[in-house]
Amino acid sequence: MPKLTVDGIEVEVPPGSNVLQACEAAGFEIPRFCYHERLSVAGNCRMCLVEIEKAPPKPFASCAYPAAEGMVVHTDSAMVRNARRGVMEFLLINHPLDCPICDQGGECDLQDQAMGYGMDHSRYAENKRAVKDKNLGPLVKTVMTRCIHCTRCIRFATEIAGVPELGATARGENMEVGTYVEKALSSELSGNLIDICPVGALTSKPYAFTARPWELRKTDSIDVLDAVGAAIRIDARGAEVLRILPRVNEDVNEEWLGDKSRFAVDGLKRRRLDRPWVKRDGRLAAASWAEAFAAIAARLAGLAGERIGAVAGDLADAESLIALKDLMAALGSANLDCRQDGARLDASRRDFYTFNTGIAGIEEADALLIIGSNPRREAPVLNARIRKRWNGGHFPIAAIGPEADLTYPVSWLGEGPQALVGLQDGSHDFAAILRAAKRPMLILGQGALARPDGQAVLAACWRLAAGLGMLTEDWHGFNVLHTAAARVGALDLGFLPGPGGKGLAQMLDGGVDLLWLLGADEFDISRIGAETFVVYQGHHGDAGAARADVILPGAAYTEKSGTWVNTEGRAQRGFAATQPPGEAREDWRILRAFSDVVGRTLPYGDLAAVRSRLEAAHPVFGRTGVLPRFACTDHSGPPGDPAVLSEAPFVPAVANYYQTDPISRASATMADCAATFVHPVPAAPVPAAAE
Amino acid sequence: MLSDADRIFTNLYGLHDWGLKGAQARGDWDGTAAILERGREAIVEEMKSSGLRGRGGAGFPTGMKWSFMPKQSDGRPHYLVVNADESEPGTCKDRDILRHDPHKLVEGCLIASFAMGAHVCYIYVRGEFYNEALHLQAAIDQAYEAGLIGRNACGSGWDFDLYLHRGAGAYICGEETALLESLEGKKGMPRLKPPFPAAVGLYGCPTTVNNVESIAVAPTILRRGAAWFSALGRPKNTGTKLFCISGHVNKPCTVEEELGIPLRELIDTYAGGVRGGWDNLLAVIPGGASVPVIPKGICDTVLMDFDSLREVRSGLGTGAVIVMDRSTDIIKAIARLSQFYKHESCGQCTPCREGTGWMMRVMNRMVAGRAEPAEIDTLEQVTRQVEGHTICALGDAAAWPIQGLIRHFRPEMEARIAAYKSGTARPTAMAAE
Repeated sequence: MPKLTVDGIEVEVPPGSNVLQACEAAGFEIPRFCYHERLSVAGNCRMCLVEIEKAPPKPFASCAYPAAEGMVVHTDSAMVRNARRGVMEFLLINHPLDCPICDQGGECDLQDQAMGYGMDHSRYAENKRAVKDKNLGPLVKTVMTRCIHCTRCIRFATEIAGVPELGATARGENMEVGTYVEKALSSELSGNLIDICPVGALTSKPYAFTARPWELRKTDSIDVLDAVGAAIRIDARGAEVLRILPRVNEDVNEEWLGDKSRFAVDGLKRRRLDRPWVKRDGRLAAASWAEAFAAIAARLAGLAGERIGAVAGDLADAESLIALKDLMAALGSANLDCRQDGARLDASRRDFYTFNTGIAGIEEADALLIIGSNPRREAPVLNARIRKRWNGGHFPIAAIGPEADLTYPVSWLGEGPQALVGLQDGSHDFAAILRAAKRPMLILGQGALARPDGQAVLAACWRLAAGLGMLTEDWHGFNVLHTAAARVGALDLGFLPGPGGKGLAQMLDGGVDLLWLLGADEFDISRIGAETFVVYQGHHGDAGAARADVILPGAAYTEKSGTWVNTEGRAQRGFAATQPPGEAREDWRILRAFSDVVGRTLPYGDLAAVRSRLEAAHPVFGRTGVLPRFACTDHSGPPGDPAVLSEAPFVPAVANYYQTDPISRASATMADCAATFVHPVPAAPVPAAAE
Repeated sequence: MLSDADRIFTNLYGLHDWGLKGAQARGDWDGTAAILERGREAIVEEMKSSGLRGRGGAGFPTGMKWSFMPKQSDGRPHYLVVNADESEPGTCKDRDILRHDPHKLVEGCLIASFAMGAHVCYIYVRGEFYNEALHLQAAIDQAYEAGLIGRNACGSGWDFDLYLHRGAGAYICGEETALLESLEGKKGMPRLKPPFPAAVGLYGCPTTVNNVESIAVAPTILRRGAAWFSALGRPKNTGTKLFCISGHVNKPCTVEEELGIPLRELIDTYAGGVRGGWDNLLAVIPGGASVPVIPKGICDTVLMDFDSLREVRSGLGTGAVIVMDRSTDIIKAIARLSQFYKHESCGQCTPCREGTGWMMRVMNRMVAGRAEPAEIDTLEQVTRQVEGHTICALGDAAAWPIQGLIRHFRPEMEARIAAYKSGTARPTAMAAE
């Protein structure tokens, strides 16, 4: 551990640290543009210059200079101040003075550091450079004249996102950052370019000219558009959510966020259910809450519990799940299901359905097998963690399923479950690799479970994990990757058919007379029996609402304080950034109010009481945010007959990353992305020039 | 004056056969195996005691550079890379070696590679040197055929492969780490140092990058002995050096001379004197475009070696002497150099990318006098803001000529500005382009 002196303060830093990190450890802020903790060191902005004693009498770029024992560093000497002032002046001479119309204004590193370290005037009297803007697709807006060539975006695209599509062309003053040939960035993480760009060269296209950062009310929350549970910050002005940014959570998303989670925000304003509706004479008519509740109560009257069913959607918070479950129990129904996709999950033990290695744990693994999953589409942030581990070297990865570009090299073992057999009996080479690994892991996707032989696949994968040394006293390498934010929480709460209860498949085709959909839109709605009375409780007019007899307007995830459990099994709390629109209400309150109407009042009146009820239902809800280290000594696996493994290839759980839920389907931005990346329209033939 | 017997480059002007036969007749490839038999340590020690300083411009002791290579390989191969990307304006010495004496270089590559434990050497030739590359490749082929390089080179038991790589014509690729990047197939942009190439160089392996001339003189030094070489020149500036004399002289030429020869003697003896006589001299850029210009007063007495020129705040650089007589518009001449550095800046780091353009634009105005006198100081400060703040030395190279101009010709610049203000500016002379 080298010991340094920074401005008179002694610090000890881990070996391999650079001088900049040492200065930060000593509590000094070092200005920088190109340096970013999670990217390789470029050392090109020259802003982080410091003076080092007993070295040549010139300033050194602290980000690129290794910290060494006994080094004496000055961060505020006259030489350093002059050097920074000089670099700042150079950065500004070709940077346009368009801060008043720049979206980065107010949260711009260049602005801040120019104030802190720059001169108060410019001596540059020549013309400024102008650079043609690039079209990077529907998400990232470019104003390339503002670019200061820090190359953070190039390094992010190449290193983190794994799409080496950005680069610099030409040299010197004429250097331009771009995609060589104009194309949209084909990454699910492209929005992070906006965050890492220290100036206004890369800004959000959908958010352009919308608001200033100081106008926004910032609320910490949790993303629910995939099952990763990334930490987010919701920026709202008045009743409108204007944008969503990632927060740092080293255990989950580091500081990245998938494009859907970031840009589907405009979907929160469209197709909203803002008042109750009741179907009269075959048409939905606006109604009051009392009328809506009365209509449901009327249909419920005299109905046996077994003729009532409830299906939970993919975005549901644990509070509304427990309220709905309790309501159903009060009505005498055990017909519950949260598996809209029909995944054959086994909830008998928690580690049968969670991502036990943990997302951060991926970095400790030394071999990976992916089964029936495309993590790039199902959980881009988690995929970035796999890529990060792969970047670290010595990380063989194999996958079973249809071939796809996962941004890291993968050996494809086959398309369907039969490939598991070769691994099981050791006839495939990769079995030896997994067996030799100290901490091997597998990721089992919903594409492998949401099929008739899903239970057999689950059992086979568990046996594989046990047989290949993935389950040990200090390592749990068996992982289920979910795609729905509500799924693990619902499984924890037992939102599954009770004794004698019906699953989703049995509830369809007239299996129940009253079906309560809690934001459930992802199954084939047309299979609901014609006579079934459908209550749709949710926030968007999507598939479920179209079929509903009564619509109860609920709150989207930005509008309620809720608890979600991510694919790791980590319970996390989100907070309401805005009020639900119109007459819409928080979902657990709707259920509580309805229970009152039918005389079966749920025993909790405020959020704290609901959460006590949650904790009583499953202890995980009492420990939000943390994830205990899993290990596995009990190798007995879930039941499943390996003989029924079919030949059919796995089908990816997410075909269209950009539109997976009611919010993203309502988003115009996501529609643009789908049109650009998922269903690209061939360019219209150029008409012959009429001369 | 250097006696003919002490010249290393005996076919500098291409008067004799440049091929293997001719080279052997001039003494090349004589006893190479015996030199290798002395062993790595002995060769490096001999080079160290010869006092040879790198001929590429920075003047770093060559023997010491070789000794930085790991003594034992950790499993990674070692590489020697020869920098033949000679692009410094005014410099044309390596070119003459490549086309007229390529076997000196090939033999030097073998010996130097052996001395650092490298089995592979790359020669990175400037893209524009097409015919020179043909000669060099022919020489390499001849050496392979004669068994001088390749498996068991010269019968020494050392396997050695030599590859020629042609650049694409970028000045920055003459910077050693940018050259390595370019050689690896990437964009030619200098790397951050540390780590230095001797630790992490080409393909991440220990690498030494040497100038053509430094390598080409090595065999002769080892044959004739360090004592012979170090007896030439001045202390700490030993040996002979190729000087390229261009500009306003009667007979521009490349010539080999002892380090420490007076500049005036060099010009008068070999280049036929300054056009119009010594008194017609205005200034000299003594070491290629990147070193500061020195006016006639200094030229009268200065000696041509690393330390003497450093004392007068200039530098020996590559030994390219650019002579300018009194007909020269010195401001325009330096402005042209600023344009060159702006064009060749790689754009990686801020001070150079932005500073070179700024300096060029101000210099262009200075040529016409379309500026304020105070801007001369601003310009000087801008050069100081670039110098020493960049990843590589191109920033320094862009700053120094302007600093030299301001240091020695400030009155000229002020007069130009005054003339422009008073409307009596004469049309500027056409600089030779």
